[in-house]
Amino acid sequence: MAGMVILWTDFLVFVLVVVTTAFAIYASKKEHLRAPWGRVIRSRTGMGTLVVLCFYLAIGLLDSIHFHPQLPAEEQGGEGKYSTEIISLFDQMVDGLRTRQEKTYSAPLAVYLYAKETIELADGTTVRDFPRLVHGGAHLTDPQQEWLPDVIQRTMLGSLKGIVVSLVLANILFMLISMRSARHFGQVAKEIIAGKTEIPWRVMLMTLTVVLVLLFSAMELARVYHLFGTDKVGEDVFYQALKSIRTGLLIGTLTTLVMLPAAVLLGIMAGYFRGWVDDVIQYLYTTLNSIPGVLLIAAAILMLQIYMSNHAEEFNSIVERADLRLLFLCIILGVTSWTGLCRLLRGEAMKLREIDYVQAATAFGVGHFQIIMRHILPNVLHIVLITVVLDFSGLVLAEAVLSYVNIGVDPTMNSWGNMINSARLEMAREPIVWWSLAAAMVFMFTLVLSANLFSDVVRDAFDPRLRHNR
Amino acid sequence: MMAYIIRRILYAIPILVGVNVLTFLLFFVINSPDDMARMHLGMKRVTPEAVENWKRERGYDQPLLVNQSASGTGKLTETIFFQKSLKLFQFDFGTSDSGRDIGYDISQRMWPSLAIAIPVLLIGLLVNITYALLIAFFRATYIDFWSVVLCVVMMSISGLFYIIGGQYLVSKLLHLVPISGYDTGISAIKFLVLPVIIGVIGGIGSGTRWYRTLFLEEINKDYVRTARAKGLSETVVLFRHVLKNAMIPILTGVVVVLPLLFMGSLITESFFGIPGLGSYTIDAISSQDFAIVRAMVFLGSALYILGLILTDISYTLVDPRVRLS
Amino acid sequence: MQERSSKRWYLLLLTAGLLLLNGCREGAWNNPYPLSESEQNIIYSSFSERPKHLDPVRAYSSNEYAFIAQIYDPPLQYHFLKRPYLLEPLAATAVPEARYFDEQGNLLPMDAEPEQIAISEYEINIRPGMGYQPHPALAADQQGGYIYHHLGQADIEELNTLGDFTETGTREVVAEDYVYQIKRLAFPALHSPIAGLMGEYIVGLDDFGKLLDRQYEQLKTETGEDKPYLDLRQFDMEGVYAVDKYRYRIRLHGKYPQFVYWLAMPFFAPMPWEADAFYSQPGMEARNLSLDWYPIGSGPFMLSENNPNLRMVLERNPHFHGEAYPSEGDPGDRELGLLDDAGKPMPFIDKAIYSLEKETIPYWNKFLQGYYDTSGVSSDSFDQAVQFSDRGELGLTEAMQAKGIELMTDVTTSVYYMGFNMADPVVGGDSESARLLRQAISIAMDFEEYISIFNNGRGIAAQSPLPPGIFGNRPGEAGINQQVYDMVNGTPRRKGIDYARQLMKQAGYADGRDAKTGKSLILYYDTTASGPDDKARLNWIRKQFAKLGIQLVIRATDYNRFQEKTRKGTAQIFMWGWNADYPDPENFLFLLYGPNGKLEHGGENAVNYSNAEFDQLFVQMKNMENNSQRQQIIDRMITILQHDAPWVWGFHPKAFSLFHSWYKNVKPNLMANNTLKYKRVDTALREQQRQAWNPPVVWPIVIIGLLLVLTVIPAVVLYRRHERSAAR
Repeated sequence: MAGMVILWTDFLVFVLVVVTTAFAIYASKKEHLRAPWGRVIRSRTGMGTLVVLCFYLAIGLLDSIHFHPQLPAEEQGGEGKYSTEIISLFDQMVDGLRTRQEKTYSAPLAVYLYAKETIELADGTTVRDFPRLVHGGAHLTDPQQEWLPDVIQRTMLGSLKGIVVSLVLANILFMLISMRSARHFGQVAKEIIAGKTEIPWRVMLMTLTVVLVLLFSAMELARVYHLFGTDKVGEDVFYQALKSIRTGLLIGTLTTLVMLPAAVLLGIMAGYFRGWVDDVIQYLYTTLNSIPGVLLIAAAILMLQIYMSNHAEEFNSIVERADLRLLFLCIILGVTSWTGLCRLLRGEAMKLREIDYVQAATAFGVGHFQIIMRHILPNVLHIVLITVVLDFSGLVLAEAVLSYVNIGVDPTMNSWGNMINSARLEMAREPIVWWSLAAAMVFMFTLVLSANLFSDVVRDAFDPRLRHNR
Repeated sequence: MMAYIIRRILYAIPILVGVNVLTFLLFFVINSPDDMARMHLGMKRVTPEAVENWKRERGYDQPLLVNQSASGTGKLTETIFFQKSLKLFQFDFGTSDSGRDIGYDISQRMWPSLAIAIPVLLIGLLVNITYALLIAFFRATYIDFWSVVLCVVMMSISGLFYIIGGQYLVSKLLHLVPISGYDTGISAIKFLVLPVIIGVIGGIGSGTRWYRTLFLEEINKDYVRTARAKGLSETVVLFRHVLKNAMIPILTGVVVVLPLLFMGSLITESFFGIPGLGSYTIDAISSQDFAIVRAMVFLGSALYILGLILTDISYTLVDPRVRLS
Repeated sequence: MQERSSKRWYLLLLTAGLLLLNGCREGAWNNPYPLSESEQNIIYSSFSERPKHLDPVRAYSSNEYAFIAQIYDPPLQYHFLKRPYLLEPLAATAVPEARYFDEQGNLLPMDAEPEQIAISEYEINIRPGMGYQPHPALAADQQGGYIYHHLGQADIEELNTLGDFTETGTREVVAEDYVYQIKRLAFPALHSPIAGLMGEYIVGLDDFGKLLDRQYEQLKTETGEDKPYLDLRQFDMEGVYAVDKYRYRIRLHGKYPQFVYWLAMPFFAPMPWEADAFYSQPGMEARNLSLDWYPIGSGPFMLSENNPNLRMVLERNPHFHGEAYPSEGDPGDRELGLLDDAGKPMPFIDKAIYSLEKETIPYWNKFLQGYYDTSGVSSDSFDQAVQFSDRGELGLTEAMQAKGIELMTDVTTSVYYMGFNMADPVVGGDSESARLLRQAISIAMDFEEYISIFNNGRGIAAQSPLPPGIFGNRPGEAGINQQVYDMVNGTPRRKGIDYARQLMKQAGYADGRDAKTGKSLILYYDTTASGPDDKARLNWIRKQFAKLGIQLVIRATDYNRFQEKTRKGTAQIFMWGWNADYPDPENFLFLLYGPNGKLEHGGENAVNYSNAEFDQLFVQMKNMENNSQRQQIIDRMITILQHDAPWVWGFHPKAFSLFHSWYKNVKPNLMANNTLKYKRVDTALREQQRQAWNPPVVWPIVIIGLLLVLTVIPAVVLYRRHERSAAR
């Protein structure tokens, strides 16, 4: 694509994908790393939540490929063939959601606006009533009669589609497994349906079915209605909630990614070298840690705003500005949260350096760098992993709080925090506008709950101390 | 013991210096005194002379680090860094940019913060430990399973939701407590009930889970098995042995947060209109009163370090095996 | 013994329980105020941010005026009921008439040509017998010496509030106090925001300021103190002096008929010299003891508690000179009950409690519960409160009417506009292309829609900078901005977007592309917005520009940076507003007067607009009386402005306020700030309504409790089984 735009966070997302893939390949070759993953795969909770997380991830990734859309043919004149706005692949896929805007609030699946307006009738008189929506349910001629059957019909259709697709997927899975294990198709299917397989395929399939049914129903309904209603300026709330997924995921993952090199390096160095190196690093993280996080973030965000207004010419679009602010937020959140991991690693490295083979390596005159890379780093990786997974949900929740204090992501960016923030005012309305808050809460809750459950599984699998206790 | 504490306190000094330098860089490099002056002088009819006057009055007209025009020690002392940052060490917070004595404000606003934070901590502790003990008692039954699920679910709900929902339900629909506000003395109770309850509920998920892990860890230790083998009832075992030994990590965990209770809770306080230090900080951030933010950063750091020292001391008190060195 | 003590405990518990129950029954549970206050004659209101300056030489914003206008009594005030706004005497005995003198000091007739007038002189007579509020600065001992004017360092260290002083005193207000306050306006150390402006008019004010500056610097070096006490009484200002105990004169350069409006502002209220002597004792300011915190006035109220963290309380000033409720009003006022209290002595209330309320939601809910007496209408509570009738008229919703709430609306004397920085190379300047671009944007920015979405229709689209009610504003067809509107069937209708696109084409930006470079046109909008509601607003603005094919980039920044940008002229497009200081067109048109340009002169002309003809007309119009000649000049000026379109004229917001049935004597008055004294409250009705509206609903709590008990049951069952199996 010629109009491709790579934002800073997009770049880091790609880096993250590459790193994760590389780590997966590396881990699959090392027994001590593969074994815990095996345990994760065999856990029912683990696999069930993984399916949900994968959906979030897919949307987040699709939303990370940005480009300038091509203008329709008739508007193409001369050089500028691309529009100046930046949209993502995901935006293009759900183009209808993005462009179908109403005037102001409308309730979920509504056909009428949420506020009365003066409507001019055909005979020139005016009445004060709820006007029809421009897009929501526009295909209905008599909403009073047709609305409920239409909604039910579309939900059923969506569910049916979802079930069919998941059946197809299930059969493909059965086939693949039976081919690999060279057993009969029916036998494999029976085992999986009975839930007797080592890997909990049944749970995965069930979760998948639920997710697909929801997804297809939502797609069917969102095509002609506003599934979660519209906000004050008539933007589709469902779309906002979906767009917020990327923000949430980025905050949860990039924060850890940007802090990781420093935390790992400094932590291991402090534990391995001891002495003055240890003192300096300890001093560094105690100092940083002692500053209340919110205040540090507030100061840093204010600084960024000033930088941006002084260098306004570098940020030509709102998307880029918002993106940089997000990145900066990740970095500063990273600065406030790397100390915990650093301290853990320091303790672990201190233990490891006393172990025989490390001592032996030292005696043989192996370089420090090599020892760290060969012996220490691989043995602390599980701690890093557990921390990353455990921190994730906390960071997603933190974003909402920071946005409330106005030091979170850019106000023009879609995020659950911003949605909740604007919902504060909506809660005071009468009749109450609850759907922005509800949509943000549902999406956020699902992600955080899955992440929490998944991280529990990962921790149990990797932390030997707890494993023996079970 | 004494010598140890003194050493710890001396060790805190370089940390506070570090904090100080960092905040100084953040605040004065990003926001020049000119900006502050213009903001505080208001919207209408601000002349450049008024800005100069404002800066002179508040001592922002000096150079940042080195004063070339002064002589002797004045080169270093007649600077913003010396005047505005180093004085914090004497806990002299100076006046806010709007001209109010920060120290007095902090001493006034500390109490509402504590009035929320202490009940939340104590009641939360009580509820969480009781619940966790119950779960530990019924470990490996369906009660255990569903309780853990409940905890994870409660953890996954954003704290904002508890606050928004609680306020909407209890104050607006049920008319049980005032919506927001604060009063001094005994009448403060009606304002505090709801924030405290919400604070406790918001903390149940993570708190209970954490204590449950602690208890289970203890339960699987050898001495507990021995006790049980002696024929002690499960209840006795739980209370006399498990709880007693798990109290060490619980207590030290509490001690570390004790000083930070002073800082108050940012969101709760601003939602319920409680004039504590949390809402003080938020207001300072939104009105960009950097003198207050600076003071709060310093106070927060000092309290954090105090918490670390207290933790070390409490370790030795509850567990004689730990020797201070 | 044992038994008796336990019995006593039991009794104690019983009484405590009864008391508690009683307490619950007495008032609503959610009453945020103490029960003892419920029958008192108190008005409840709120403040969202601590007023920064309560010193009348500094205060200049509405949240500060909400307090000090009740406390300080300037010579004049606006009539509470009559419209158009009319000045009437307050502390003065009459509205002063100017006397004009020429260069040689000869008295000129009233209708003298403005060019001849060198000096205008105002003589103000004040009422005898007005007293200051009780204040420690005026506390005197038997010999007449002031007790608290020579406090030691140690004494001051122990103080925290003004209430820590045990003694207070008062004295009569004299003309010298008014002169003293004007001297304070000139004192550079006090940073009066109008010192510069007044320096242009009041004879000798600038020189006096310079003199004080020199004297002050000298005093500082002599005493070595940061802020020594400089007694302003020892110096004289040429143009301001007291004639006798109750008379003083102010002399102005040239003719400045708007000056009397300033005399209705707290800038010109009396200030006893004792206040400065008292507050400038070293160490006082560090304890927050200053005029910015504790005013000393002669008005109907005094600030008795100032706790910016919780509440501020105004109480009746026992030494107030007394004033009667007006007995005349506009036609219709009598029917509305606004003259029921005619002739009765004011103020009617004993106390006004302002609670700290940062957020609009709790405020609104408390208003509905009856705990605030009045409320504005925010955009989010609008649908709940206000509805349009079938004929399109505004009215209250049934729910509000059922509560007896009443509505009051008025177009404010302010304007919100979108400004184009005229110093900007793209949108600014005098070139035809830029003018067409601005005109096109003026049409595309559909402020009618803006008002309807974001203000719920509470406002009217502006045709010029002058809001209705200000002299020079022409209502109806004559005032319509021809550049943006067409008249269709007698109603103005915004020109179509096609016409705007046509203008864009003429400007050389067909379809939003620069005809020369072929690049699409990118404009920048600077804003300080960051709140939850702003995102929608910004999106909307972007949509308006997109209608013309222009891509609008939002540059959000903090207030500091925004100010700096407008100052340096680097902002391109922004929205700003202006609130009238006094009801005169000069106070609006000066916002576009060239020599007030922000970039070059640091003035209030934020768009740096400059047009020679306009500037010349402005000078001519400035000092005229309101007559048809002035109207003609203003018409010409507005035509120039509408053609040049340095602003998209934006809108004049309508102020909506709601108040409860027990709140009496409400009439919107956008110029007067000292309206608290007119208000009356029916406390019995208020108490009754509050109880009726706030019945505590307990059953959900009971149900939750029961549910909790239910969940315990399986645990108990399991426990039983467990114990039994353990025993076995």
